[in-house]
Amino acid sequence: MSTPVAHGSIRRRLLLSLLVSAAVLAVVVYFMVQSVARQVAQESQDNVLAASALSILDSARFSGGQINVDLPYSALSMLDSISDERVFYAIQLGDEFLSGYQNLPSPESTPGGGPAFLSAEFLGEEVRIASVQRRVSTDIGQSFLQVSVAQTLSGQKQALARISRTSMGIGAGFFAISVLLATIVARSTIRPLDRLTASVSRRGPKDLRPVAAPVPTEMVPLVTSLNSLMRRLQHSLMRSEDFIAEAAHRVRTPLAVVRTKAEIVQRKSDDPETRAALKEMIHAIDDSSRTAGQLLDHAMVTFRLDHLLREEVSLLRMVHDTVERLRPVSDLKDIDIDATGTEDIIIDGDPILLQNALHNLLDNAVKYAPSGAQITVSLTQREGAASISITDTGLGFPEAELDHLTERFSRGANAQNIVGSGLGLTIVKEVVEAHGGKMQIGNNTGGGACVSLLFTLS
Amino acid sequence: MRQFALYIVLIFTAGWATAFETEDFARFGPSDSQTVLKIVSTADIRFFEPMIASFLAAQPGTAIDYTVVSSTELQKAIVEEGAAFDIAISSAMDLQTKLANDGWVQRYEIRSIDALPDWAVWNDMLFAFTQEPAAIVVSKSGLGNLPIPRDRHDLINLLRQHPDVFRGRVGTYDVRQSGLGYLFATQDTRASETYWRLTEVMGALEAQLYCCSSDMIEAVKTGELLIAYNVLASYAFNREDRDDFAIILPSDFTTVMLRTAMIPRNSQSSELAGLFVDHLMIRSHGSEFKLLTHPALNLNQIEVALNRIRIGPGLLVYLDQLKKRAFLSEWENAIVQN
Repeated sequence: MSTPVAHGSIRRRLLLSLLVSAAVLAVVVYFMVQSVARQVAQESQDNVLAASALSILDSARFSGGQINVDLPYSALSMLDSISDERVFYAIQLGDEFLSGYQNLPSPESTPGGGPAFLSAEFLGEEVRIASVQRRVSTDIGQSFLQVSVAQTLSGQKQALARISRTSMGIGAGFFAISVLLATIVARSTIRPLDRLTASVSRRGPKDLRPVAAPVPTEMVPLVTSLNSLMRRLQHSLMRSEDFIAEAAHRVRTPLAVVRTKAEIVQRKSDDPETRAALKEMIHAIDDSSRTAGQLLDHAMVTFRLDHLLREEVSLLRMVHDTVERLRPVSDLKDIDIDATGTEDIIIDGDPILLQNALHNLLDNAVKYAPSGAQITVSLTQREGAASISITDTGLGFPEAELDHLTERFSRGANAQNIVGSGLGLTIVKEVVEAHGGKMQIGNNTGGGACVSLLFTLS
Repeated sequence: MRQFALYIVLIFTAGWATAFETEDFARFGPSDSQTVLKIVSTADIRFFEPMIASFLAAQPGTAIDYTVVSSTELQKAIVEEGAAFDIAISSAMDLQTKLANDGWVQRYEIRSIDALPDWAVWNDMLFAFTQEPAAIVVSKSGLGNLPIPRDRHDLINLLRQHPDVFRGRVGTYDVRQSGLGYLFATQDTRASETYWRLTEVMGALEAQLYCCSSDMIEAVKTGELLIAYNVLASYAFNREDRDDFAIILPSDFTTVMLRTAMIPRNSQSSELAGLFVDHLMIRSHGSEFKLLTHPALNLNQIEVALNRIRIGPGLLVYLDQLKKRAFLSEWENAIVQN
């Protein structure tokens, strides 16, 4: 089987795109928090400045045509109460400078007459200036009394640095949470795919049923294609099994006719050469007939494996029945079959398949063992498994071929002159494995073959 | 300890003279030294000498030029003449604040000191290293059997009940002349209305007006005055004959002035100046010794309402020309009644 070529990963791509968007959002959050905070800080500073300027404006009194501004102490000290700030002010009546810092820039007055603000540089430092004014009447007519108050930005800068750190923290926290969520999302998105993979790979080799478990919409086409592929595969497999079974069946009947005819002719003939030729012919016909029979068996087994029955099977009885059924054949070859084991073991399975498997094994043993050999079938229970062992005193398996004997149509090198198809052990193995067991093939230390069937007991 | 040579050169000669008036001058350390720290200060040389000595001990090879001026001359030297001093020390907190606020001062981050109070540093520009309360100084012998006043109310009552005893024999700052007197007066008015009542009572008694604390103390010593109001307590405590006086920190509130140092903008050796400021602050706020204070004058132990003047732009308010004009005219109305 060739390994598929991997190109990229959906999970990684999903994770990457989630992380990139989270990072972008984190940066956006950082700047938004900062800009809002900057605005709030600016507004609060403006409010304090405006309050200070208004309190100075309110302190202005006119007496005897002269203006008298009684600068309130708090007007300037309040600007310095939280952080150390340099503070500047200017009081102007019309164009006439009254007091304070003469060169302090003043903002354009607002049309509504409310406080006006300006950011500027004054005496070597950045300042924020608030300006308020009110209409007054003096000796020379109407004029405007204007008060400007300015403050350095060290407190505001501190606040902004603090806010910047906070918003950095918020952005980072946002990103961290997004990473966590993205990982979870990526994993849960991939999960149905993992589940499908697991359910398909968990299947037995013969399981070609369509996938029935619900899948997300996006995976429906994939599963539909998979199901359709499996249906076609199953169909084609069934057709070829049917074909083999049909062919075997059709060949077997004419072979039986030919064999009967050959036996009659053999019996009638007196010519030794003809009799020898006919004997070889009968032998070859037996071989073909047996192969056809086993092909049928195999087709039957394959069919039953697809619809495996589960009923209680008494292994002890099965062993005894099979041994008794083969007794006539073994007696002919003067082979003694001995069934040992008194304790019955019950397993769940298909009785016909199991019996067929055991029959195949015993038949093999009888067939390959020389006359006068001893075959022992023993039923034991060990380590939570039921074990049926068949040992003989025959030739044993060729050691070099132990691994290949269960492949289809494979036969031992020392069995060439004995009728056989090579399908027997294959059938046994498939049956045992379909029941969750396993088959062990080996040789006895004292010579002779040994085959064990192990069924795990629940 | 004193490994340095001490040279004192009194500048009374006109040859060196600059436009601002110096009252005193001294050079400490090697006379041929290339690294010279120039200090301009309102504090007398003898008060500052120990601080300078300990600094020079830690910085061998350095010399210090110490120039004594009045607070207004200090202002003039820096703002109008751009004199290149490395450290400016003054008791006129308002003028110092104005210098800093108007950008004549370099920022400097002092070395961190444990338990440095908040009020000691303003904007990394001004560094307060003393706390000097304003006191009422009374001549013990001159008062005779009369009770020693504890607060301003006592003082007002005493003056009112014995006008004949005190006529012409009470003294205070002439706030028109003295920056420190003006500072104390304005802070007093912020704290309580009793200042105005007291000023009127003193005015009625033909109060004598003085330029400086030391003159007032001297006047009390000679018997010219019986009571001097708003005198720097530290000056009185540091006199040898201090037992002749009753030095009263008024229990209603005691105004506390902070003497501040700063590094002018055009300092030629600001690094050395920074070291000096560190030294000054550690010596003053640390446990070793406190400048211009007497052991008997431990403010933390005195149970009076301390009205510590806060450094900050509030101090600019009474420097405002309109405000100052109004205050001085009110003060003159109160004190000059005849």
